[in-house]
Amino acid sequence: MLEKKKDADGDTSYSISVGPVHPALKEPVKLNMSIEGEKVTGVDFELSQVHRGVEWMGTRRNPIQIMFLAERICGICNICHIMAFSKAVENAAGIEVPARASYIRTIAAELERIHSHVLWAGVAAHELGFDSVMHYTWKLRENVLDTIEYLTGNRITKAIVTIGGVRRDIHEKQVPRLKETTDYYLKSFDKLGKIFLKDPVVKSRCRDTGILTKKEALVTCAVGPTARASGVRKDIRVDETYAAYPELDMKPMMPDMVTGETRGDVYDRIITRLLEVKQSAEIINDCLNQMPEGKIVYEEKIPKLLAELKGVEGEGTGRLEAPRGEVFHYVKMVGEDSPYAWKVRAPTYNNMLAWVPMLMNEQIADIPIIAASIDPCMSCTNRAVVAGKTSSILTQENLHRLSVEKTRKIREALK
Amino acid sequence: MITMQKELFRQLFKRAFTNQFPAKHAPKSVNALLEAVGKGKAKLNPPVPVPENFRGKIAYDKNKCIGCQLCVKVCPANAVVFKPKEKKISYHTFRCTFCGECVNVCPVKCLTFTDEFLLADYKKD
Ligand code: SF4
Ligand code: SF4
Repeated sequence: MLEKKKDADGDTSYSISVGPVHPALKEPVKLNMSIEGEKVTGVDFELSQVHRGVEWMGTRRNPIQIMFLAERICGICNICHIMAFSKAVENAAGIEVPARASYIRTIAAELERIHSHVLWAGVAAHELGFDSVMHYTWKLRENVLDTIEYLTGNRITKAIVTIGGVRRDIHEKQVPRLKETTDYYLKSFDKLGKIFLKDPVVKSRCRDTGILTKKEALVTCAVGPTARASGVRKDIRVDETYAAYPELDMKPMMPDMVTGETRGDVYDRIITRLLEVKQSAEIINDCLNQMPEGKIVYEEKIPKLLAELKGVEGEGTGRLEAPRGEVFHYVKMVGEDSPYAWKVRAPTYNNMLAWVPMLMNEQIADIPIIAASIDPCMSCTNRAVVAGKTSSILTQENLHRLSVEKTRKIREALK
Repeated sequence: MITMQKELFRQLFKRAFTNQFPAKHAPKSVNALLEAVGKGKAKLNPPVPVPENFRGKIAYDKNKCIGCQLCVKVCPANAVVFKPKEKKISYHTFRCTFCGECVNVCPVKCLTFTDEFLLADYKKD
């Protein structure tokens, strides 16, 4: 849709809206942009086209069932949701996870980070127009997917985490295969670095494109690699203690480790993610070396665990670092089979706000790569939908009016 | 780009990385090919083998089942339905998410994983 406008000086600007469903978009989102010539002068977006009611379904299921539902919030970074949910329930119920289980959770989460970042690198190459690079990077990704299948039984949804621990152990005979995988990625890191960072075309397309300054990153509450590429030292794996991360020697990956400076552009975001692939491989190696023996789950008998969880009253939160940034789950239990409330916040929710400063004053042709540079995931982000109203914009007054109306309706019903 | 060109050139001489298509060339008639396979006259390329402990289609041993309904209670997708008259369950492959919670919880181990994963079909059961 194209709309023409003339401002006071007689300059013509156009407003373009793309989406919600558009061949160039992989997931539904509506982007509204004002364009002057080739330059983007205004950015706005509308979400909520893929609301699936996951949380609503959750409040009608028991915690064991919710785990697998949570895992299906995102197809790419699924373990972070099942882990954050389990962590929230463990937090509410005061359950302690055995040490060995923490290590196995860490290994599974890092395998996922490798696969997610390598997948993203392929998407970025595709957005730049390098399709053979995309297929090549996705070929590199196959190795980690096969290893995940070998460890957990399926390539994508791992179903390895459970409340109070993990469901499958890593046996002695599985270790060599894991080591092979980490070696493979430590080796491919150099290749990926050469293809993405040394290439003059990639460099000129990505350097100083889609800049997000440190201040803007802080103001828009960006998380994960997007924030780190802008110089914000924020990594939940380091900032908070969960899984086996406190026992590992690690620090947030920042782009200035390679180039000596932080510009907060698309190039820096590529550097951060590639560095994290290497870091994940090293973390897995460390975990395999340090992993203690022992129990892998707090309570093996699921009916017993469910009975125990039924008695829990209280709130719990789970926060952790997914490949795209911080994931947050909140659970409230009131001594019933299903939780009273379950709330999820996925990282793209924060990172999308960063689109506005990033896209401002950029060229139209750079929109795809800038939009892709935060690694957006719409379906995970959509947590609410407005239905049954002609206007879908809820301002504060509108919300207030809705609330007053509801109170009145309830009052009338109670009369 | 030179790195990438080298990689691509090398790739030309390697075995295809992806899963093989079941037949080498598109057959004139799929039904005729399937018939020939059924009679043992033609062969299809098999899918990639799955690793040990793969989470595939669930097999149900009806005779062993004691009707305790634990699997019904834990199934996230409501893929297991209890039949009160027979005191047995029925399992819907098309709803199953292959999480394996029912396999873990079953006290008599009458639910097990199989290696089957090509489950597309016209019929529902
Ligand atoms: S594997 Fe999971 S989804 Fe499938 S029947 Fe068992 S519990 Fe249900
Ligand atoms: S858990 Fe096992 S024994 Fe119990 S109803 Fe299900 S299949 Fe039957």
